[in-house]
Amino acid sequence: MNRIRTALTPLALAAGVLVALAAPATGGSQPSRHVTVRLVTHDSFAISKKVLRDFSRRTGIDVEVLPAGDAGAALNQVILTKDHPIGDVLFGVDNTFLTRALAEDIFLPVKPANVRGLAHVPADLRLDPSGRAYPIDHGAVCINDDKRYFARHHLESPRTLRDLARPKYRDLLVVENPATSSPGLAFLLATIDRFGEDGWRDYWARLRDNGVEVVNGWEEAYNGSFSAGEGNGDRPLVVSYASSPPAAVYFADPQPKTSPIGTVLDTCFDQIEFAGVLKGTEHVKEATALVEFMLSKEFQADVPLQMFVFPARADVGLPAVFTKFADVPAHPASMTPASIGRNRERWIDEWTDTVLR
Amino acid sequence: MLAVEHLTVCFGEHRAIDDVDLSVGTGEIVAVLGPSGSGKSTLLRAIAGLEPLADGRIVRDGRDLAGVAPQHRGLGLMFQDHTLFPHRDVLGNVAFGPRMHGATRPDAESRARTMLELVGLAGYEHRSVGEISGGEQQRVALARALAPAPELLMLDEPLGALDRHLRERLVEDLGRLFRELGQSVLVVTHDHDEAFGLADRVAVLHAGRVEQVDAPVELWRRPATEFVARFLGWNVIAADGSARLAVRPDALHLAPAGELSGRVQARTFRRDHWRVQVVLGPDGQTADVVVRDEEPPSLGAHVRLALDPGGTVPLS
Amino acid sequence: MNLARRPSWGRAVMLTVPLAFLGVFFVYPVLTILGRGLWPGGALDVSPLTEAVGDPGVRAIAWFTVWQALLSTLLTLVVGLPAAYALTRFRLRGASVIRALVVVPFVLPTVVVASAFLALGVGPSLGAMLLAHVFFNYAVVVRTVGGMWAHLDPRDEEAARMLGASRLRAFTSVTLPALRPAIAAAAAIVFLFTFTSFGVVLVLGGPTRSTLETEIYRQTAQLLDLRTAAALSIIQLVAVLALLVVTERLQGRRHVALRLRPARESARAPRTIGERAFIGVNLAIAVVLLGTPIAVLVARAFDTASGVGLDNFRALGTIHASSILFVPPDEAIWNSLSYAAVAAVLALTVGGLAAFAIVRTRRAGALDAALTLPLGVSAVTIGFGFLIALDEPPLDLRTEWMLVPIAQALVAIPFVVRITTPVLRSIDPRLREAAALLGASPRRVWREVDLPIVARALAVAGGFAFAIALGEFGATIFLARPDRPTLPVVIFRLLGQPGATSFGAAMAASTILLVLAAVSVLLVDRARVADVGTF
Repeated sequence: MNRIRTALTPLALAAGVLVALAAPATGGSQPSRHVTVRLVTHDSFAISKKVLRDFSRRTGIDVEVLPAGDAGAALNQVILTKDHPIGDVLFGVDNTFLTRALAEDIFLPVKPANVRGLAHVPADLRLDPSGRAYPIDHGAVCINDDKRYFARHHLESPRTLRDLARPKYRDLLVVENPATSSPGLAFLLATIDRFGEDGWRDYWARLRDNGVEVVNGWEEAYNGSFSAGEGNGDRPLVVSYASSPPAAVYFADPQPKTSPIGTVLDTCFDQIEFAGVLKGTEHVKEATALVEFMLSKEFQADVPLQMFVFPARADVGLPAVFTKFADVPAHPASMTPASIGRNRERWIDEWTDTVLR
Repeated sequence: MLAVEHLTVCFGEHRAIDDVDLSVGTGEIVAVLGPSGSGKSTLLRAIAGLEPLADGRIVRDGRDLAGVAPQHRGLGLMFQDHTLFPHRDVLGNVAFGPRMHGATRPDAESRARTMLELVGLAGYEHRSVGEISGGEQQRVALARALAPAPELLMLDEPLGALDRHLRERLVEDLGRLFRELGQSVLVVTHDHDEAFGLADRVAVLHAGRVEQVDAPVELWRRPATEFVARFLGWNVIAADGSARLAVRPDALHLAPAGELSGRVQARTFRRDHWRVQVVLGPDGQTADVVVRDEEPPSLGAHVRLALDPGGTVPLS
Repeated sequence: MNLARRPSWGRAVMLTVPLAFLGVFFVYPVLTILGRGLWPGGALDVSPLTEAVGDPGVRAIAWFTVWQALLSTLLTLVVGLPAAYALTRFRLRGASVIRALVVVPFVLPTVVVASAFLALGVGPSLGAMLLAHVFFNYAVVVRTVGGMWAHLDPRDEEAARMLGASRLRAFTSVTLPALRPAIAAAAAIVFLFTFTSFGVVLVLGGPTRSTLETEIYRQTAQLLDLRTAAALSIIQLVAVLALLVVTERLQGRRHVALRLRPARESARAPRTIGERAFIGVNLAIAVVLLGTPIAVLVARAFDTASGVGLDNFRALGTIHASSILFVPPDEAIWNSLSYAAVAAVLALTVGGLAAFAIVRTRRAGALDAALTLPLGVSAVTIGFGFLIALDEPPLDLRTEWMLVPIAQALVAIPFVVRITTPVLRSIDPRLREAAALLGASPRRVWREVDLPIVARALAVAGGFAFAIALGEFGATIFLARPDRPTLPVVIFRLLGQPGATSFGAAMAASTILLVLAAVSVLLVDRARVADVGTF
């Protein structure tokens, strides 16, 4: 008999699993006073445990974080499930995707009065006047340079986008494919903003002739081809972030006195990330509270060292590693989300034709 | 204890077993004798419930076995090539049957040890079935088939793969063993010696049909059909016109004044005699003649043959 | 053989459990997402399909997808078959360890392997892509084919040679036909893996190479163009179905019961210099091909600013320690092991039952093919299908942790089926008859004969399933999931951060992952020897 039971164990287990599967999701319906709000976001989202815990203690709202792939995948999952939303709040829609998010009408309008921190956010980050998507952080995508390389070769670091096409920087630049990478797209937008609809393709043709290397993702560019990255590659110029210099200090042991990498300020494009309350949520009040919390001083001050981006609020002080090592572009390129939304497919196709074929 | 009535098994259009009647009494050993291809194995498989019946029925102790699953028929079958379980050792193989019949593991194993002793394999319990000889495998298979004490044990060419010497010894051993156990047995074989040595009754199977069932002595004394006669090594000759006569091999001998004449076509030496094949008459029928203690005639020689009337049986 | 065809409750379970699992977690979600693209507003609209088929760009992508997969499969067979022979037919000290170690590449997330390749100076190119495909799939050939080879009776080949066949003829006329089902099974799996390979193509193929898989990902996850994505998915499905039909033919309808021998009886010590050289060359290939990227990775894990040390492993416990991102390494290990265990149990249950059903049912090739289909369908299609199909109680699993092992099991099930079916098929049916006549009911026969004989295959399959789940990342990264990060997720996050510590910690986590994989496969191999060692 004993043996029969052993043999049936896998079956019983499978049955148990099926029963467990059939049980309704327990996520938001615990009978306790605590309400759980589910935050759908991309895989790079990070925040201090302490900050979230304080929020929970103060408000009685627990936050369940649901990472859902990269920024595009997370947004598209939310759009596809808008009839039966998988979460209550979405964080991580950037200005390149904002138009789609708004057009698909996934966010519930929230009275700006309920999101008090917004008053401290500079106007150029507030791209949605309809009160649905709230800017939480921003960060500039820029060319980073390997300072040691340029010193060793007695070469000046480039200063402008135009410099990158000059012969002395031949075979030194690696960029990401805008079709597969979000910094890659941001950098393309920076060049379109600078050279205009008539000039950007010529510029990229010159970059191509000057030996630009294209890879599909930031990891390959930074940890593979970049000479100051972990792959000991041979390219001293890479499309990365204005926050990469402080990160290179912060995540080194021992920490160096100066950052080994710099930022070419003329090459930046500002990426702004938004959050909003998802339509169909059963916890409007709590979800709104979470979005408001994301614009609180406490959360905003935590953003730089967690996600290596800049807080949206101007009145929040930056950590020392940022003030010391991050060069911030005064006037990064920018573009209206509507313009990006309208043209991104065409631009990517034309870029592919110009650079890869 | 077992009765097979009008049993028919078809493979497509082909009737592999054709209207067979057969019975095995309690404690009786019945052999089914036939050349390869005669349907012997199929008959066993059908009785075991491994082949569907086209017609007829199988009755065990008054109970019709139609619809009874193989494992509930109370039958044991020892396959031609042993089919021992490769993933179990000798003891595991033999203990399998008793375990399946509800014995606890210790009981099953003690039963298995008894069976192994019975077949002379004590001490082989934990040998791998892959590393023992063919004869030993045969005996393990026998022990395995006997272990659950089947009402009827069926053996498919039980000694087929063994050398002659071993076979002769095992025939005696088996016969003794089964009679001691009072075991009802149905054995199929192509070997006369095996059938005659083991069985109380022998059924001769030809092309799916039973030609004759008789005690070995009777069968040998009076083959009923030409096939049986020839299969047993008898000569069949047309004596007077159309009437056919079965002639025992030793009932025909060389005699200068014999009533039959012919020409020597072949001669073969067999341990203690010569077997001389003689073509009789113009119609090409042949007869085998046993020649002992004298020089056989040379090939092509004309000879005369005498018939011992006591050694002939008229065929219908 | 009416014995096996007798209808029984057990057979019903064997058929329905796999079918139900496949239906709920594959067919239904995939049809739903395809429906979004091709049935907008309730009416069939095939225009995306005709547009896609007529588009030279799409045709080029489809063609590239097919030929790179064929080439990858061929290369993997060329490298893997001799190794399977060397590792199973000769008694070598440490062969079992090597057989276990070849599985390690299998569990490494592509992003880790890609960084190892990049660190070796193997930049994005067609060659790098193919090399990585061989690296990942070597184990499939060595283990699937080797598993069968180990049990072929060497006397069959010897008999052919006695009949005057040359060594080559004996191989091609005796051994190869016997191995054909296993080779076809392995080739089919390698083809499907490389056909739908995502990370390798993206990272090592470079920006000029896209496959149907990367394009479906882009259309679905980035552009949300479900019409085009559906069209591409259907092209992918058709190609995969065609492949499955071909391999089903190759595996053959007539399954000759083979005389299987215990592995240790079929292996022998190498005798001639030629044999030693052959073994040496194959071991060298394995070491260079598999060992180099792994060695680079491990070296990076122990490489610190102050020389060789454990700093990177320590950093795993401190980096991001304040963040919700942070997960202590022991917790990540535990998460990985438990997800993988659940996935392996699911895969073994569903796949094992399916294998038994396939062997005992006449038209079961279809079930085999159906269970293999998930390998040939884009992970993003399945993932997004889950999202929109399983969205209402009682099946609202979209944000349940179970979805992760279920997705992993979908990938692992075909392995379980394909590793166990050839062994089950080669069981002499008369063994089952013998068991039945000794009093075993059909269920007992299954348990006492089929199960023990197939146990070693199941153990191999379970080890594979566990290893696949341990490193699986592709299918689950697209799913919104509660944050219980596994080692691959930790690695992925660390690699997304600049800085030497992040990278070093990622390498340290990869090293832990590969040690876990190697140990678990070794344990499975050992356990199997102890349990059913006589076979």
